[in-house]
Amino acid sequence: MIAEVYLHLMITLQRSLAIAKKNARIYYLKPPVLIFGLLFPSFMFLAFSIGRTINPAELVPALLGMTILFAASSVGPLITPWERQAGTYERLLTIPVSSWHIVVGDVGSSFVYGLLISLLSLFLGICIFNAGPAYPIAFILVMFLSVCCFSALGAAMAALPTDQLSNVMMLSSLIRLPMIFISGVFVPLKELPLWGQVIARISPLSYTMDLVRWSFGNPLYFNKLTSCFMLIGFTLFFLYLAHIAHRQANRIF
Amino acid sequence: MHVIKASGLYKRYGNTVAVNNISFTVERGVIFGFLGPNGAGKSTTQRILTGVTKPDAGVVEIASYNLSRQPLKAREVAGVVPEMANVYVDLSAWENLMFVGEVYGVGKKKRAERAAAMLEVFGLFEKRHLRAKGFSKGMKQRLLLCMALMGDPEVLFLDEPTSGLDVQSTLIIRELIRDYNRQGKTIFLTTHNIEEANQLCDLVAIINRGELIVVDRPENLRKTFTSLQTVEVAFQPQFISPDLLKKTDVTKRFKKQGDKYIFYTEHPGQVIFSITELCRSEGVDILSLQTLRPSLENVFLDVTGKLNESGGKENDR
Repeated sequence: MIAEVYLHLMITLQRSLAIAKKNARIYYLKPPVLIFGLLFPSFMFLAFSIGRTINPAELVPALLGMTILFAASSVGPLITPWERQAGTYERLLTIPVSSWHIVVGDVGSSFVYGLLISLLSLFLGICIFNAGPAYPIAFILVMFLSVCCFSALGAAMAALPTDQLSNVMMLSSLIRLPMIFISGVFVPLKELPLWGQVIARISPLSYTMDLVRWSFGNPLYFNKLTSCFMLIGFTLFFLYLAHIAHRQANRIF
Repeated sequence: MHVIKASGLYKRYGNTVAVNNISFTVERGVIFGFLGPNGAGKSTTQRILTGVTKPDAGVVEIASYNLSRQPLKAREVAGVVPEMANVYVDLSAWENLMFVGEVYGVGKKKRAERAAAMLEVFGLFEKRHLRAKGFSKGMKQRLLLCMALMGDPEVLFLDEPTSGLDVQSTLIIRELIRDYNRQGKTIFLTTHNIEEANQLCDLVAIINRGELIVVDRPENLRKTFTSLQTVEVAFQPQFISPDLLKKTDVTKRFKKQGDKYIFYTEHPGQVIFSITELCRSEGVDILSLQTLRPSLENVFLDVTGKLNESGGKENDR
């Protein structure tokens, strides 16, 4: 029984890894990924920081939060519609991979991309603003959980039953842009109006921002463990959503 | 032993029934040709058999694995070459093969050996590190075949594998199909190229309007359809009035093809006798005359209803 489960797990990992490597080779340098994963958070950061006197310990967590969100969720939405349009998604349906393998592979490639860009942002934050995390190990853990969560969000958005990339990009902007305004990126959660604080609870970015701010030495708004569990919960929910959406979409395409 | 077993396949798109209660089996080591005119349901059937499309009803078994209950096991023993050249154009030929090999669980060393050997056979080895984006249609099709063979599948599904290809690519692909079949592998070939099916297939199935019309050996089909024997005659003068030809009385089914007339009959001797009598009475010469056994193309046209349609048009002229 244990041997069977182990074998099943190994096969899942092997096939998902193959998909993740294929995604990395094809999609990391595609213009939409570079625009949404690199340029967009940089411009947003510049728009909110230039001409304002902000404490680096406040500014850098905001930059990191945005980068984690946009970088981790920039690859995922591109993959499935792109492949449906090119006909290569059909290839995946004829080789021995399941919708779980595809989802895990897509999340894996988004995760590595998100992690690399986030680490680069952290490095820039340290070099330019001289502001590093007060609890580095905690920050790495938070970054790991958050990148996982937003990679899964990207994969869930990609599973929308369409072969039009523009539809998925529109949906992803519709979800991600409001998130940065209700999740305490530019204004700490405790300073939001009451209705804002209520809405913030349904955004996974709120938990990321709270934990990132805390790892930079700022006070917490939520409980640490609650935030971690919320991020894990959102990740599982997005993964399940992506899996269901892939299965539904396969009936349409 | 059945390698492919389809039972009661049914698929509907809106009000159109694409596949209507199709059942057949394919034994191990057989090249099975699946013929039909455009829109007959060939590709839908192949998509159902390869797991791309879910049927509304019916069961598919590949090497005894139920495709809906054990899809991964069934796909592990199958290689698919779809009609659309869907290679990853942003990857090189080598990367495409490595990806598929990894998914099929082929070890790293074996993967590299197998990929190199296949690329050599298909004349792509020199271009293995080039992106597939720059490949011609024939090269992409050859790469697709390599990808389908990476897992050393028990059964190979090919959808119009030589459609639109140059002669060289077509010959390479046909030769590979024969070679692979010699190793005891099963091949399911969807095509509308009757000559290709005739050259390659042990068995052919003809589908029309979503229904399976006939499954048999090409040779048996020719024997069964004796009414499709033909007498081919070239007259001098070249053009003969259809009314005059109808006077032969032995057959009403004829058509003009190039500078010849084709008469379909179960009794070629009687047709020849009638034609010579007619020519003698009308003062017409016969430049050439030959009898032909029914071709697979004639069988195909007959069972799909196209022959009558075509013959009728000629008769009306």
